Amino acid sequence: MHRQLMKGNEAVVRAAILAGCRAFYGYPITPASEITEAAATLMPKVGGVFVQAESEVAAVNMLYGGSSAGVRCMTASSGPGISLMQEGISYLAGAELPCVIADITRGGPGLGNLGSEQSDYHQVVKGGGNGNYKTLVLAPNSVQEMADLTRLAFELADRYRNPVMLLADGFVGQMMEPVEFAGKALEPGTPSWAVTGERETRGNMITSLHMKFDDLERHVRHLEEKYRCAEQLEARVERSFTRDAEIVLVGYGIVGRILKAVVAEARAAGLRVGLLRPITLYPFPTSEFRAIASHARCVVVVEMSTGQLVDDVRLALNGACPVEFYSRVGGNVPGHDEVMALVTRLAREMDLQARLEEMGVAHA
Amino acid sequence: MPEIGNTYEVAFERPKSMYAQFDRKEDLQHTTHYCAGCGHGQVHKLLAAAIDELGIQDRTVLTSPVGCSVFAYYYFDVGNVQAAHGRAPAVATAIERSRPGATVISYQGDGDLSAIGSAEILHAANRGENITVIFVNNAIYSMTGGQMAPTTLVGQRSTTSPGGRNPATEGYPLRMSELLATLEAPVYIERVGLGDNRQIAQARRAIKRAVENTTKRLGFSMVEVLAPCPTIWKMSPVEAQRWVKDVMEKSYPLGVMRDRVKDAEPKPEPMVAPGLAEIPGLLGIEAAVPGEASRSGHRRRGKAVHLGVRVAGFGGQGVLLLGEVLAEAGLEAGLEVSWLPSYGPEMRSGTSNCHVRLASEPIDTPLVTMPEILVAMNEPSLRKFDASVKAGGWVIYNGEEFPAELMREDVHVLAREFTREAQALGDPRVANMVMLGALLELAGVVKAEAIHKALTKLVKSPKWVELDERALARGRVMAREEREQVSRGCGVMVG
Repeated sequence: MHRQLMKGNEAVVRAAILAGCRAFYGYPITPASEITEAAATLMPKVGGVFVQAESEVAAVNMLYGGSSAGVRCMTASSGPGISLMQEGISYLAGAELPCVIADITRGGPGLGNLGSEQSDYHQVVKGGGNGNYKTLVLAPNSVQEMADLTRLAFELADRYRNPVMLLADGFVGQMMEPVEFAGKALEPGTPSWAVTGERETRGNMITSLHMKFDDLERHVRHLEEKYRCAEQLEARVERSFTRDAEIVLVGYGIVGRILKAVVAEARAAGLRVGLLRPITLYPFPTSEFRAIASHARCVVVVEMSTGQLVDDVRLALNGACPVEFYSRVGGNVPGHDEVMALVTRLAREMDLQARLEEMGVAHA
Repeated sequence: MPEIGNTYEVAFERPKSMYAQFDRKEDLQHTTHYCAGCGHGQVHKLLAAAIDELGIQDRTVLTSPVGCSVFAYYYFDVGNVQAAHGRAPAVATAIERSRPGATVISYQGDGDLSAIGSAEILHAANRGENITVIFVNNAIYSMTGGQMAPTTLVGQRSTTSPGGRNPATEGYPLRMSELLATLEAPVYIERVGLGDNRQIAQARRAIKRAVENTTKRLGFSMVEVLAPCPTIWKMSPVEAQRWVKDVMEKSYPLGVMRDRVKDAEPKPEPMVAPGLAEIPGLLGIEAAVPGEASRSGHRRRGKAVHLGVRVAGFGGQGVLLLGEVLAEAGLEAGLEVSWLPSYGPEMRSGTSNCHVRLASEPIDTPLVTMPEILVAMNEPSLRKFDASVKAGGWVIYNGEEFPAELMREDVHVLAREFTREAQALGDPRVANMVMLGALLELAGVVKAEAIHKALTKLVKSPKWVELDERALARGRVMAREEREQVSRGCGVMVG
């Protein structure tokens, strides 16, 4: 395959179709609309289904129907639309239906604005629907990852029979970069549990309803077991100069890219700075954080939210390392220079502390 | 079935499409969970009989709603999908679209269909989805204990309309069949009742007809069934059945609301899906040309390139296209590239800008906060971004009068009426390409051949490509002249 220039949003649909996705149900919203538009053009060409739904509520329930019928299917939206989908996501997880949902995050709360934020972390990673469920969440930081992680999302969705979410900010959705679509076009078979309107599947039933208390408890424990498995097997990160880093920067999506530039500049200035970028937000890469805690003297979380990812970082570190937090919101991006200034200040403080320690002066 | 003996001819029996024993039910597996005299039992039997008669048990998929009939899958020996409250038409839509061989039936109550699911039913009907909807209307929320529904009759008491439904505050009974019959797409809508045996016989015919339409792929069919709910209505089964006929029917007249069955064309057969090998081509994914290296900066030789560009102007000036051609040309030249738009409401009048990076190494951040080159297509953009330009960089400004207060000692300036130049070339709209030409000359990172390739890829009309090429050439000349002046020490660059 050849590298070609493309928007992240456009890459998602192509990667989805290559992964065997043959149904897309969408409702337009900035900055995710290109996904729906590309699906409207491409799905019919490959014999797939495209429906523009009357609302995100309908779209997510179409996912429920398409997935029940054993078809790889997806939708895409942004903050307010994802909020409307939360009902359906809970049903999908409850009925163990695989599907992929992309959230190209914009500013909030409410209508917020069309700028890029990372303020959907909680509603996507923690879930906004009712009941004990989880969605697996992948966080691409480039157009290439938009493609690669979309393909992975379909694999994980089928493997765990669970919705998988792609959480990208508006920048990653809107920007163009070269992308290469690795891997052949897939044709996944129909899963045995699906309801397809054929004799072999007549006895199948899809539901999230379990009237007997013991039945529901068994079901919820089964879901819990799946999530424990995913936590063991699926956590993914990108590490950059973390081995000897005293200051570890943490951010996902576009912030991960900015932090990479900061690491390069800091290293050039002789500062031992590294980057730990979660690629899966659920399962959260807890063990990676525990590992850096052994040598890092400070972890700096940078987000385009008032502090959502940072909660998980703090939980993972469990007090093993101090955590600093820096954020911009409203559509503003944490500037490379702003983060660099913070890193320089922290390094100076640490250096000062070390010198005080050398001098035998206790530092409060 | 146990042998009954040869002396009897079986005239009526349980439909095969209903389970003989309800294994999915926790207990009492030989009776339904419905109350005595409930309409659902009857409608279930009529529907199962229709499925039997049409011989479609294997291909039937039933979506069950939330409400008393949530457990329809206890009883129907067909493919079953249980949906969220009101959403069955959306669920059914997707099943049918992906499995056009299936006969998809959405079974719904009146709270489910006419209240919470009013959008889903309206739009499924309006799209003319090839599904049958069985709409059981008993004028009340039964499963939750008797609250008012949109279908509750005027004056009818419920736990949430204890004084009786008052139209002044609660509106009137919602006549869904009539409402949906105002749409173009539905092929068949009929309201039937369970008020007496004659009505039940008509209900049986209507249900079969609707399902038959679906098997023939004729489009959207719905049968609304006025059904008794003795328990919530606090009546005996006999009284409740009479109430359907004597009272309910007055608000909900029986009859055919839509019948376009005769003229209906079956939905087109789904296309034969292309082979997997064809998929990349259909997606516009470029296959690698044999012998040609992948377009990757890692394989490029020569001097290191790190170019950050910010392009800004009014929407409609071609700001984003300028950036896109630059990025595409960079990729053609074997560089790493990124293009990031500032996106906003889809309007023409606003300002617009984009960040472009070209580099010989992988690009960390695609954001260009300190550009080496700023292309300012209007004065507001210049004012916004002038201060951000890196020392030693260039500002390419569309205007001869460079505002004195924005003059910096540490950047070069190329200020010209690019729009006028473009006008002279034949169209003011190619000002962006004149400016791009100037940029390319100053940056010196991309050869003309790569630009040509990028242009022909992004600009479809040969006429425009030709004009754009001339514009680019003009821009290059303008930049060259400026640079020569600078090197002679009489340019705008003072630093």
